[in-house]
Amino acid sequence: MDKKTQLSLFQKMYLIRSMEEKIVELYPEQEMRCPVHLCIGQEAVAAGVCENLTKEDYVFSNHRSHAHYLAKGGDPKGLLAELYGKVTGCSRGRGGSMHLIDLSVNFIGATPILGGTIPMAVGAALSSKMQGKGNISVVFFGDAAVEEGIFHESLNYASLRKLPVLFICENNLYSVQTPLSKRQPNRKISSVAIGHSIKSYREDGNNVVKVYDLAKKSINKIRKAHEPIFLEFLTYRWREHCGPYYDYNLGYRSKEEIEKWEKQCPLKKYKRNLLSKNIVTSKEIEQISHNISIEIEEAVDFAKKSSFPPRNELEKFVYSE
Amino acid sequence: MAKKRELKYTEAIKEATDLCLKEYPTSFIIGPGVPDPKGTFGTTLKLVDKYGQDRVLDMPLSENGITGICIGAALTGMRPILVHQRIDFTLLALDEIVNNAAKWHYMFGGISSIPMVVRTIIGRGWGQGSQHSQNLQALYTHIPGLKVIMPSTPYDAKGLFISSVVDNNPIIFIDHRWLYNITGYVPEGTYQVPIGKAKIIRKGSDITIASTSYMTLESIKASKIIEKEGVDPELIDIRTLKPLDSDTIIKSVRKTGRFMVLDSGWKSGGFASEVITKVVENTFTNLKTSPQRICLPDIPTPTTRGLTRYYYPNTKDIVQTVLKMLEWKSNDIKSVISKSMKREKNIPWDIPDLTFTGPF
Repeated sequence: MDKKTQLSLFQKMYLIRSMEEKIVELYPEQEMRCPVHLCIGQEAVAAGVCENLTKEDYVFSNHRSHAHYLAKGGDPKGLLAELYGKVTGCSRGRGGSMHLIDLSVNFIGATPILGGTIPMAVGAALSSKMQGKGNISVVFFGDAAVEEGIFHESLNYASLRKLPVLFICENNLYSVQTPLSKRQPNRKISSVAIGHSIKSYREDGNNVVKVYDLAKKSINKIRKAHEPIFLEFLTYRWREHCGPYYDYNLGYRSKEEIEKWEKQCPLKKYKRNLLSKNIVTSKEIEQISHNISIEIEEAVDFAKKSSFPPRNELEKFVYSE
Repeated sequence: MAKKRELKYTEAIKEATDLCLKEYPTSFIIGPGVPDPKGTFGTTLKLVDKYGQDRVLDMPLSENGITGICIGAALTGMRPILVHQRIDFTLLALDEIVNNAAKWHYMFGGISSIPMVVRTIIGRGWGQGSQHSQNLQALYTHIPGLKVIMPSTPYDAKGLFISSVVDNNPIIFIDHRWLYNITGYVPEGTYQVPIGKAKIIRKGSDITIASTSYMTLESIKASKIIEKEGVDPELIDIRTLKPLDSDTIIKSVRKTGRFMVLDSGWKSGGFASEVITKVVENTFTNLKTSPQRICLPDIPTPTTRGLTRYYYPNTKDIVQTVLKMLEWKSNDIKSVISKSMKREKNIPWDIPDLTFTGPF
C-alpha cells in the first residue's frame, strides 16, 4: 500500500470519528431533532471498503450510515445540516440522519428499514449491466439485516444474474439491545452467502489494513469476473443503538465488554501502526487532525446558520415532475 | 370512412408495452411468467422474441426483493415495468413500495426519483376466492407519492400505460381481469392519456355516477336501463384514483345534486369512502339526497358461486339505488327491475361473459 492510500485511510477514519464525536458533543443541545445512529468503533469498515471505490461506483447504506456517506466522499456540510433539519442538508432537511444522499459521489441513498437498500444495490448493478457501465454497487448493512427475507431474495438474484455487487455485513453483535445469540443460530453469517453460491469471506472489521486488503481483492474480482461477493466484518458499536450516550447502564452488555472493544479501537491501532513504522510523522497526523477539525467546525457553523425549509417546501416533491 | 381499429384490452396493454420497449431503450419489463408461453394472460405474449431476455425478464418469486431491485435500477437510469399477475402478491412487496418507492423523491428532497410502473391485476369470479381476487386499490391510494391508475377501456389502457411508463414516479397500474376480453377503439402508434384526469363518459343532469375500472361497465349497463325510464345520469370514469380528479366530480355534483360512486373494493375505509368525503366536503349544500356507494360488503371473498352470487353488487343494485335516490316508489322500482333484468337473468355472476371458459 502506498503512503497516499495509507494517509487517505487514516484521514477517512479520523473524519468519521471526529464527526461522530462532534455529534456526541452537540446532540444534548436538542437542536439535532432526529434519531442518530453513531458508528464510533466501526470506522474501519467504511474507510477500508470505500478507499477501493471510484466515484462512479454506487454505494447504498442503512440507518447507521454516517461513516459510509463520509467515506464515499459525501459532503460533511450536507450531513450536519441534514441532522439539523436545514434546507441546505443533503436531503433538504426531509431525511435526517437516516436518509443521507450525495449523488455527486454516487452515494445513492441510506434508509433505516432493515434490508431495504440491499435489493437496490442489486438493482443498480443490474442497471449498470444493462447500460454497459463498468461500475459496481456496494451495500452496507448490519448483522440483523441478514434475518430479513429480502436479504436472501437479493443474494439469490445477484447470484443468479452474476451481478457486480459487493455485500458488506458489519457484524457488530447487537440489533438495538438484542444480542446476535438471541437472533441467529451459532453459525458464521458469512456462511449464509455460500448457500446462495456467492463467494464469502470474514475478516476483522477493526483492522483497516485487513479490511482494505480484502475489499481490494474482492472488488478487483467483481470487476473482472462480474459476480457478487459477500464480506462479513466483525466490529463493535461503542455507543447506544440510537443516540450519543454509552448504554452499559441498561445491562444488556457489560462495561467490560465495551472497554474490551475500545482497546481494539480501529483508529488508535492504525495511528500507532503508522507512527511505529515511520510511515507518517506526528506532525503529519497533527496536520490532518487540524484540517479535519476546521472542516467540521465549518460544517457545524454552516448547519447552525442555515435556514429551515420555508413553509412552501412542505408540499413540494411529493411527486417528481 | 374506414372502420376504426378495435383491439381487446389485453392487446391494447401489450401494444402499449411493445411501444414503450421500442421507444424507451432504458425501459424493461420483469415479472413472474412475463416471457412464458402464456405471457401474463396474453398481455406480454412474445415480447421476449422481439426484445430479448435482457429486456423482457422472468423473475424468482421474490416480490419484495424484485421491487427493491427495480427501485435500484430506476434510481440509476432505468424505467422498470414490474408485473404481478394478482394484486394479492403485491402485499409481499408493500415494504419496498410503501417505505421506499413512494417516499424516495420526497424524503431525499427531490434529488432523485423512481420512474417505475408496478402493473398488477385484480379480479373476481371463477372461485378465485379470498387470496386470488382481492381488489386492494384503496391500500395504495392511501400512500402519498404513489399514483394509482385503473383504466376501463382498451383506449385508456394503452394511453394511460404509456403515460405511466413516461412518468417519473412510482405508479400502481391496476387492470381488472374482467376487462381483458372487452374490445374498443385503439389508435395505432404512441399516444398518452393524461394521468390525474377523470373522463365524463355520458353527460346528464339527474345524478352523477362515478366509477372505477370494471364498475364503469356496470355503470354503463345500469345507465342504459334508467335512461329508458327517463332518468338522465352523468357518468364519470375516474381512471386515476390517485391523484384524484375531484374537480371534475365536484363540478358534476354541483350540477346534478346527487352522487353515487361504484368501486370494486370493500366498503369500509375503501376508495369509495374517499370520493364521497370529497364530494360532501365540497358540495354539501348542493346535495338533494345523501350520496351512496356501491362496493363489496366487508367480507372476505368466498370461493363457491353459491355465495358469490350474493357477494358482488350488480346492475340491479345500481338501478335500485339510483331510483331510490330519485325518490321513486318501491313498486315502480320493482317493476323496472323485473322488466329490465329479464334479459340479464341467464348471465352468470362468476364469469365475465358467456363466452368465457375456465380455468382463469
